[in-house]
Amino acid sequence: MNAATSKKQTLLLFTLMGLAFVVVGFVQSWSLSLTIFNYCLIAAIMALGLNIQWGYAGLFNVGLMGFAALGGMAVVLVAMPPVEEAWSAGGFSMLTALLFVLATVIAAIVVYNRLPKGRTRNLAIAAILIIGYFLSRAWYEPAARAIESVNPAHTGYLGGLGLPVALSWIVGAILAGCAAWLIGKITLGLRSDYLAIATLGIAEIILAIIKYEEWLTRGVKNVNGIPRPVPFEIDLQQTEWVRDLAVRLGSTAPEVAALTVKVAYAGILLSILIVLMWFAQTALNSPWGRMMRAIRDNETAASAMGKFVKGRHLQVFVLGSAIVGLAGALLVTMDGQFTPGSYIPLRFTFLIWVMVIVGGSGNNYGAILGGVLIWFFWVEAEPIGLWLANTLTSGLAADNVLRTQLVEGAAHMRLVVMGLVLLLTLRFRPKGLLPEVSARRH
Amino acid sequence: MENILNAFVLLANFIIIPGAAYGSQLALGALGVTLIYAILRFSNFAHGETMAFGTMVTILFTWWLQGLGVSLGPLPTALLALPLGIAVTIGLILICDRWVYRYHRGQRAKPVIFLIASLGLMFIYNGLVRIIIGPGEQRFEDGQRFIITVREFREWSGLTEGLMLRSSQALTIVVTLIAVAALFWFLERTRTGKSMRAYSDNEDLALLSGIKPERVVLIAWVLAATLATLAGVLYGLDKGFSPINYFHLLLPIFAAAIVGGLGSPLGAVAGGFIVAFSEVLLTYAYRRFLSYLLPEPWMPEGLVQFLSTNYKFAISFVILVLVLLIRPTGIFRGKTI
Repeated sequence: MNAATSKKQTLLLFTLMGLAFVVVGFVQSWSLSLTIFNYCLIAAIMALGLNIQWGYAGLFNVGLMGFAALGGMAVVLVAMPPVEEAWSAGGFSMLTALLFVLATVIAAIVVYNRLPKGRTRNLAIAAILIIGYFLSRAWYEPAARAIESVNPAHTGYLGGLGLPVALSWIVGAILAGCAAWLIGKITLGLRSDYLAIATLGIAEIILAIIKYEEWLTRGVKNVNGIPRPVPFEIDLQQTEWVRDLAVRLGSTAPEVAALTVKVAYAGILLSILIVLMWFAQTALNSPWGRMMRAIRDNETAASAMGKFVKGRHLQVFVLGSAIVGLAGALLVTMDGQFTPGSYIPLRFTFLIWVMVIVGGSGNNYGAILGGVLIWFFWVEAEPIGLWLANTLTSGLAADNVLRTQLVEGAAHMRLVVMGLVLLLTLRFRPKGLLPEVSARRH
Repeated sequence: MENILNAFVLLANFIIIPGAAYGSQLALGALGVTLIYAILRFSNFAHGETMAFGTMVTILFTWWLQGLGVSLGPLPTALLALPLGIAVTIGLILICDRWVYRYHRGQRAKPVIFLIASLGLMFIYNGLVRIIIGPGEQRFEDGQRFIITVREFREWSGLTEGLMLRSSQALTIVVTLIAVAALFWFLERTRTGKSMRAYSDNEDLALLSGIKPERVVLIAWVLAATLATLAGVLYGLDKGFSPINYFHLLLPIFAAAIVGGLGSPLGAVAGGFIVAFSEVLLTYAYRRFLSYLLPEPWMPEGLVQFLSTNYKFAISFVILVLVLLIRPTGIFRGKTI
């Protein structure tokens, strides 16, 4: 597809998407429309992260949920105020335990590098790992118990560092990037199926840690009241300009304050998305981006040209995962709470895949459009499905089995719809709504 | 002597029997994944949801049969509903193959396209199951629940520790033995089975010898659907049916298939048991076990549990990573059947 038609199509589809938000604003409410818009932006950032991995390099990552959850955890660890009591109760022992873990890993790596290959090396590594396990566990267990028993109803965890929340977004990206480096180091270079299954596994492990290490994240007890980058609605209501604006719009001050907060979030998210987009586009059109596509399209040829395929894959895997981590951190910031129980693979991993495939893998605008579009329908499918179920069965009695079943099932209908959308795209528009634009100039 | 016997009974009750039952369920699941990989050459991410779907259909038929007053006496009614469940699942899978995968086969698409298509089907099955039976937990085990109960065993043996054998566990092991034996007989002895192995080994050569690819693919799907329903129903009888668990089974099942060697049926069975026993062995608290063997002053503090059950995913994962690092083709050198 040439660049001019692609530009026209992009513009058209984005305008249509914008209209959809206006429709929601009029039919349902503007507040809802803005909320959906903000979540769409986060989904778009995640889709952009995946597009960098899948679209640029053809890496099959199904562990997005884990990276997003790591980003979310970073928000808690950075922005929440520290719990002094918990630190004095078990902070020192916990740090000692972590030190032992670190020492074990370093010792194992040193032995691996120094000793010659063979049984001695394997035995030595096994011995180090076993001793390290018991040593760190001896410090870890009492520490975890002590920390978790500090006022369990309110804290029961170490808390964070009390730093500004914006910093946690970067930390979230770095954490996710580090995890990606580790997993990439092991599985990149193997078959793509193996990468897929390994990332599926790492996501489950990250989630298990976040759910069950209560001393670190409070686990399923959730962390509420995360510091916000924008003012509170209640404070905004009191200000002069909000009251003025409310009078001028013929609305009430609380409503205008709520809308203002949402617009502020939209502003933050939009600017982050634009910056990321600029980087992604620049990278895609640079020699680096051309090299990535060359590797994706023919690994053997690229490798013969002297490109270090595994290293480039690792690079792109880390970058993409870091963006997903950033999106995860933004999501938790906007929610104002960290709820490990809410991370489910279908919504955080596979839905992002639908976004990228439907939007157009390899095209950054496509990924963003896919993110916004799919999230929009994911949220709106429930009211639409409910309305459909009610309309279709309006002739039946309210307690008819078929009717209750359909109305109850409406929420799950969106799963079927998403599956169908993915399969139909794969079949009839395999390159997505906005296909990849060939960068070659004639 | 009695202490040693007690310790052994404890192990049998909490490790050997549950491990064997769980291993059988994983082995059946991994066999389905590995067969599809051997013939169609992609990792089928919809397999866990296929298991959930087959189990759901079987549960619905079980309820229907129970409503009619039909029962198998001491055996669970689900056994009677199983063939119906398998038939419906095969039907669904074949429709999906015809409407989804066959087009991409015609296009000679890359394996990853099939993988993405299986993600789409995963969404659809997932939604269907939740719409039809709901996301909650269902119990459908009936008939005689226990073959040996703890009390009976204690009275019979005079030991302090009891041994429990639930009928679902015994049933799982017996059905798996029969199914695996039948599958291997089919692959090794029958003409169709041999043609499948040939196709898996070398597609072009098999085509030249007159093997019809569509027929091989059809049989592969029939076998995969049968195995998935079997595995799902046995798991559901053993641990209760809740749709989300079947998604989480995907990781241990893939781990089992890869550990054994993707595409190798023997490997899938071995992998299933390796993964299951590693999980059970590493998450069991050995305190009671040691209390029979060690003198009082040597008893360690705590539960003597290597890993909390919350981290059982980590075990499948670590096994997977170790195999990928040391022997990426798996124990039985995968890729052919």
